Amino acid sequence: MLDFSILTNNMDLYLEGFKYTIIASLIALVASFVLGTIIAVMRIAPLKIVNVIGTVYVEFIRNIPLVVIVFFIFIVAGISGTAAGVLGLTIYTAAFIAEAIRAGIMAVPKGQLEAARSSGLTYGQAMRFIILPQAIKIVIPPLGNQFINLVKNSSVLGIVAGFDLMYQADLVSSRTYVVFDVYIFVALFYLVLTIPLSLGVGYLEKRLGKTS
Amino acid sequence: MDFMGAYSPDHLSFLMEGFWVTLKVAFISIVLSFFIGSIVGILRYARIPVLSHVLAFIVEIIRNLPLLLIIFFTYFALPEIGIDMEITSAAIVALTVFESAMISEIIRSGLKSVEKGQIEAARSSGLNYYQTLRFIVLPQALRRMVPPLVSQFISLLKDTSLAVVIALPDLLHNAQIIYGQKQSYVVPMFLIIAMMYFIVNYALSIIARRLEVKRV
Repeated sequence: MLDFSILTNNMDLYLEGFKYTIIASLIALVASFVLGTIIAVMRIAPLKIVNVIGTVYVEFIRNIPLVVIVFFIFIVAGISGTAAGVLGLTIYTAAFIAEAIRAGIMAVPKGQLEAARSSGLTYGQAMRFIILPQAIKIVIPPLGNQFINLVKNSSVLGIVAGFDLMYQADLVSSRTYVVFDVYIFVALFYLVLTIPLSLGVGYLEKRLGKTS
Repeated sequence: MDFMGAYSPDHLSFLMEGFWVTLKVAFISIVLSFFIGSIVGILRYARIPVLSHVLAFIVEIIRNLPLLLIIFFTYFALPEIGIDMEITSAAIVALTVFESAMISEIIRSGLKSVEKGQIEAARSSGLNYYQTLRFIVLPQALRRMVPPLVSQFISLLKDTSLAVVIALPDLLHNAQIIYGQKQSYVVPMFLIIAMMYFIVNYALSIIARRLEVKRV
């Protein structure tokens, strides 16, 4: 059976990794939400060239693997593994968040924008005060899913020495010469984060689905 | 940046070898996980007392773990309990386990999306449970499942690149070997492999979008 002394003896490493996984996910979440919102607005802005830039970003990034992006940044930018990982996660996740937000904005009836514009609001103001607040409600469940993906995807930090759970697990298993038990405990740490998030998103989907 | 040197015929054919491994592993995993995912999805939908709960538990655990962890675990940890696989099989097994869980959820929610009235009507007109599933529920659900399934296949193709951690000789792995020789090859290599992944996945996403439009 599982050897729990591996967990207790290396608790400091596990917790260090757990901390990095959480912090990296949170920073990437906030940053990709900001970047994703900007790109979503670019994609629907009434200016052709801005649309094209937004669309190219989303289509290109969504269709290449996250690891390729992270490796590229890590090697070319010459920054730390943690920074490269967070930056890569942000660039990658922003494309998906942009799509979720765009879908949310599109779901707001067109009349709302027209009414806002007719009452003298600029395009930016209409977005900021009329459309985005309504879109947010529709967007919350898919955003929650993206956050779960983000936590799971943060494991790529382990490949570029990013001090996260996967990286620390590597240290623990080279200390203890055990792989199986070490990674079962790592899995538990991930589940502690992702299962409550999944349940929360499921709950929100039901709640927000009913009101609409 | 040395584009000419990086894109020499030898390098390109080495990249194509890697791309072939990527496509092959992805294709086999797609077929297997579609098959397993369908069975699991249908069994969960059927609400068979104990079995459906056990499956739900397993699916939730797998879905909430990083694929990278599963790949790593399959290749490095399972040998400790006597399950030893070579790299390609380990990659396929890990991808299949993870993607089956994801696909079973798509199948289950597709089945669930068919209105209850349809099932009640079918049962009232004398079809048995199996006939209702086969002729009423599945044909409608399948059409709704196609777009999310194709996006899942795109994810799988991208996720194959995670198998570099177990040194699967795929596209990314071979590119790493090439740019490992010379600093000036790094950017050209990343550009070309990004384009290769992009072309295949974008083509798939266009197909998905076509199917989505047709449905409405």
